[in-house]
Amino acid sequence: MDRFVYADNAATTSVLPEVMESMLPYLKEFYGNPSSLHRKGREAKRAIDDARMRIAEALNCKANEIYFTSCGSEADNWAIKGAAKARADKGKHIITTKIEHHAVLHAMRSLEKEGFEVTYLDVDNTGYVSPERVEKALRPDTTLVCIMYANNEIGTIEPIAEIAKVVKAHGALMFTDAVQAVGHIPVNISELGVDLLAFSGHKFHAPKGVGALYIRNGVRIETLIDGGGQERSRRGGTENVAEIVGMATALDLAVSRLDEMERVEKMRDRLIDEILKIPNSFLNGGRTRRLPGNVNVGFEFIEGESLLLMLDMAGICASTGSACSSASLEPSHVLLSVGLPVEKAHGSLRLSLSPENTAADIDYILEKLPPIVQRLRDMSPLYNKG
Amino acid sequence: MYTEKVMDHFANPRNVGEIADANAVGEVGNATCGDIMKIYMKIENDVIVDIKFKTFGCGAAIATSSMATELIKGKTVSEALSLTNKAVVEALDGLPPAKIHCSVLAEEAVKAAIADYYKRIGKEVDFVLDCDGCCATCHKHGEHH
Repeated sequence: MDRFVYADNAATTSVLPEVMESMLPYLKEFYGNPSSLHRKGREAKRAIDDARMRIAEALNCKANEIYFTSCGSEADNWAIKGAAKARADKGKHIITTKIEHHAVLHAMRSLEKEGFEVTYLDVDNTGYVSPERVEKALRPDTTLVCIMYANNEIGTIEPIAEIAKVVKAHGALMFTDAVQAVGHIPVNISELGVDLLAFSGHKFHAPKGVGALYIRNGVRIETLIDGGGQERSRRGGTENVAEIVGMATALDLAVSRLDEMERVEKMRDRLIDEILKIPNSFLNGGRTRRLPGNVNVGFEFIEGESLLLMLDMAGICASTGSACSSASLEPSHVLLSVGLPVEKAHGSLRLSLSPENTAADIDYILEKLPPIVQRLRDMSPLYNKG
Repeated sequence: MYTEKVMDHFANPRNVGEIADANAVGEVGNATCGDIMKIYMKIENDVIVDIKFKTFGCGAAIATSSMATELIKGKTVSEALSLTNKAVVEALDGLPPAKIHCSVLAEEAVKAAIADYYKRIGKEVDFVLDCDGCCATCHKHGEHH
């Protein structure tokens, strides 16, 4: 292994040194419970209030519209179950897409068991959800529309502002799972016009274990975690002070580094252009409206898990949508939803970049990947057949 | 998730390739399932004198193919027929539960090759060739081998 390249930033990111530094005081001297009235409590309370303000500023919303959670999945579950149940007297129909994260899809399945009806919208072959498709699916009893901001596997950025307009005109609530978007592309909540928005710290160089849900002022949703009155009585549980501070630092850094995303986009495009020179390879997702760091390609005649293992042996961390890498032995629902046949979905590879990656990382991937693909093809009974 | 033996057989698979003058060829699995194994044998005087494989599949599929070929190279046909998927798993120091079907596929590929050999020499195939339902994916897509 000549080099180590971490190219799985859509799974999680490294904790930046500045982020960790900002957290340490809250693991050492400022250990108080923010709910306590004494000085230790007040210090901790000040820290989360300050973090909330910085996050609100970065996303252009009000501080009292940000509610901290333990992760993106919690924020997704809270938004979906909380909004659907709070509005159940008005209707029990929800609209989402077939390419959402499992945190969303499985929350929907759970609501279906409780008598809600869910429409799963199709997407085009790049993963794009058109506002027209959403409009057509709206019914008088639709109370919630839930469309992801950007897809975690193929990087498609959805037209959330346009969709929100259609949904608002209809009077339903609009929720977007922005876990892959926040910190990666400019997210301006007040311009978006959504009612609910979820994000997660560890996707933008904060630690795992902290996320947040934006709830527009005036929007009523049921609580998911009942407890001791934290988060203005909407989310129980003692606040994860250090990580909340870390997430605010990470978001500040991410926003200040957004111009670096042009460099990330260039690295992405170079990877895509060069990888597609390998015969019988193809791009999953579109060339435009794509997350700056997302590359998802497929190789015919080989299987993704073995590709992943060989890349790992060469020092490159990546991801695949192959069934063989999942416990369920089901290939990626996203790849199948954009029309990929099962056998092609098996050969997919996702490389996800962050500003931490360098041009030398890209050179290294491009040096190692083609011979690995060739080596696996030489082992494959499908190769040379077609 | 994989043992060192699995990783060794995946990283340095034994007996990869084809045999031009093979007299026993067996292929099992399908691309929808995500695994295809093709085994070539050269059988002389009832002994497997050479064996090669080609596999499309995950790390476990490649490792089980490699191990199965290694276990039966130089053995008699009847010894090869007694190879079980369990023996392949044990030789690899275990497989994750979701990957046991790969070892079943390896056993079947060996049997399919020997069945082909029996057909070529006009001998009746007196052993079971059926897959015992290796993975849910096959059933779901209504395809089977």
